[in-house]
Amino acid sequence: MLKRKIGKIALGFAAAFTASAALATVGQARDLTVVSWGGAYQDAQKKAYFEPFKKAAGIAMNDESWDGGVGVLRAKVQGGAATWDVVQVESDELAVGCEEGLFEKLDYSKIGGEAAYIPPSVNPCGVGAILYDFVLGYDKDKLKEAPKGWADFFDTKKIPGKRALRQGPKTTLEIALMADGVAPKDVYKVLATDEGVERAFKKLDTIKGDIVWWKAGAQPPQLLASGEVAMTSVYNGRIDTANKNEKKNFGMVWDGALFTLDSWVILKGSPNKDAAYKFLDFAGKAENQSKLSENISYGTSNKDAAGRLAPAVLKDLPTAPDNIKNAVEINVAFWLENIDRLTERFNKWAAK
Amino acid sequence: MTDASLSGANASTEVPLKRRLRRAERTRQVKALALIAPLLVFLLFTFAGPIAGMLWRAIDDREVRQVLPQTFAALASWNGKDLPDEEAFAALASDIMAARTSGTIAIAAKRLNYALNGFRTILTSTARNLKTMPEPGTAKETLGKINPAWRERTTWTTIRDASGPVTGFYLLAALDLVRNVDGVIVAAPPDQAIYRSLFTRTFIISLSVTVLCLILGFPVAYLLATLPPSRSNLLMIFVLLPFWTSLLVRTCAWIVLLQSKGVVNDSLHWLGIIDEPLRLIYNRFGVCVAMTHVLLPFMILPLYSSMKAISPAYMRAAASLGAPPVTAFLRIYLPQTLPGIGAGSLLVFILALGYYITPALVGGAADQMISYFIALYTTETANWGLASALGAVLLLATLLLALVYGKLVQGQQVTGGMKN
Repeated sequence: MLKRKIGKIALGFAAAFTASAALATVGQARDLTVVSWGGAYQDAQKKAYFEPFKKAAGIAMNDESWDGGVGVLRAKVQGGAATWDVVQVESDELAVGCEEGLFEKLDYSKIGGEAAYIPPSVNPCGVGAILYDFVLGYDKDKLKEAPKGWADFFDTKKIPGKRALRQGPKTTLEIALMADGVAPKDVYKVLATDEGVERAFKKLDTIKGDIVWWKAGAQPPQLLASGEVAMTSVYNGRIDTANKNEKKNFGMVWDGALFTLDSWVILKGSPNKDAAYKFLDFAGKAENQSKLSENISYGTSNKDAAGRLAPAVLKDLPTAPDNIKNAVEINVAFWLENIDRLTERFNKWAAK
Repeated sequence: MTDASLSGANASTEVPLKRRLRRAERTRQVKALALIAPLLVFLLFTFAGPIAGMLWRAIDDREVRQVLPQTFAALASWNGKDLPDEEAFAALASDIMAARTSGTIAIAAKRLNYALNGFRTILTSTARNLKTMPEPGTAKETLGKINPAWRERTTWTTIRDASGPVTGFYLLAALDLVRNVDGVIVAAPPDQAIYRSLFTRTFIISLSVTVLCLILGFPVAYLLATLPPSRSNLLMIFVLLPFWTSLLVRTCAWIVLLQSKGVVNDSLHWLGIIDEPLRLIYNRFGVCVAMTHVLLPFMILPLYSSMKAISPAYMRAAASLGAPPVTAFLRIYLPQTLPGIGAGSLLVFILALGYYITPALVGGAADQMISYFIALYTTETANWGLASALGAVLLLATLLLALVYGKLVQGQQVTGGMKN
């Protein structure tokens, strides 16, 4: 009786294994999968890139979203069953993943040549997708006078109320130094010294009790909308989306903004490399990129994309000359070197 | 059964009864094992295996050895007191040249940077500026010129300490300890010593949530167990409804309730109780409230099932023997609910230890629990060694607590004289 039962179980197992093996082979012949950040941004990408690309190239593709983290990509590639082909990554993920060999080295001749893109967006492992800022955001309906910059952000007498910053040392320490009078171009020079780090934390001490820490990009607009905070650091695109889609009246301060780039990469060993290159080529063309900026306020990487935009659209982009004038690029090399140490330091400070 | 065994003991059979019993017992065990074997194999492959793999990363330290093999061979004879000899410098130069070609320099740089902040730059700049292999006898001088760090003893001890194949580096770091240049274990510098207090914080939050759940859950469970079925079923639905609602939804609902212009503050303001909004969220209070709400069903259900089994006759008997209600409750009722209290508390406590989403959304920077850091090091900074070490310490502490709890409850169990 029992023997027969075990035989049945074994049969069941055998069936399950064959089924999963069959599924695995189906998985290898999967469609091109493009991964981005989700939310309003991915909706804009669908309009500007994904849907038109499917029609124009006749290539089946699907899109997914993720929350970032080079550990996720490492697990995908080293696990040997990467289900993603093209992924949008932040600058530090690009640098670390490139060092670790998680991405294919890009052949720029297949995507319009290096000369087509603005210099900071050209990298051997990835090509720039968007340029965006961390800006000071506030609600025009709630503040009597508009803040001028990070110094006002730290001045609770002038503008009462709580503030929100991104949890962790990255962007927080730069903002603290700029508020303390360091010029945007000198921020990383100062932060590289122990005195500079001390100075940043001292400045943070002055409003420690008034800070709410956010962890996801969707939180700052909510914190502004609910009146929980008077000002916040926020991705510029989120402010714009809230104003457009939810009829908010949020304002931004471009002075002392921190800008960074996101890039497209092709994961190492992708079975859909040709389709991936076709997609990157499509998403790198100026006429397609300008459509993205019309849908969401991010600057793009093609040199000619900004020129195709109406002045009304351009003035709200991070890449507009006036807006980038006093902005500082987040220093990837600095953070790669110091993120662990300063994260520990930051948490020590927070727990005090 | 007893009659049979008595007559069996008196009957002179070839195989003694004890042995036959044992044999029958063994066959039963083998059959039982065969029945659960598929599940066991499945769990080993999908659960125990990966966890063991993750724990292994907490001590695995082979990255640097793969990148700088000749350097380690040359350092084997180094006494660690002054700078290594020319041979070690030459070996390092040759390793760096080779690593630059294969593109593996960053792997070593990342690992060494954990131990000595700035090492990433030392290695990458050296790799960039070392154009050709130095002439024999000049390696020491050349490397020292490219980066003065190569003239420091600590630079070399850091490399030596990362020789692998296994290391205590990450586990020590998870306990705020480091090895100094002489290999002695000492306390980490105060700036970096955060993990012990982090574990303490995690345990304190979990404990407070457990106590709150017990205080709130006990009366509810009692009510559920004593009401007539028609009404207790309705109440049970109220207990289970949040249980079936997404964790994220419940956490966000608390944000709406507790924020400074939220429902609670507005109501209190309207009633004239407060002038300034109270800070109820993005702090420890908010974390405890939201987590207690989320975990309450896990406390109520075990309590309810243990109370359901208590016969009301005991309390009546106690009363008829003259015990006042409080005494009867403390000496008759409460001891019988102990298994439920124990099971509920352990369940809530262990679930709370691993909480991530709720503290992340409603806590401040000083309320993040250990899971937040494990996630941070796993996904964001990709420091898997430290993430695994933190996980290992948490796992060990949890297992120890469960063991202690098991011992405590075993000695306490009162079954009302009905040993089963």
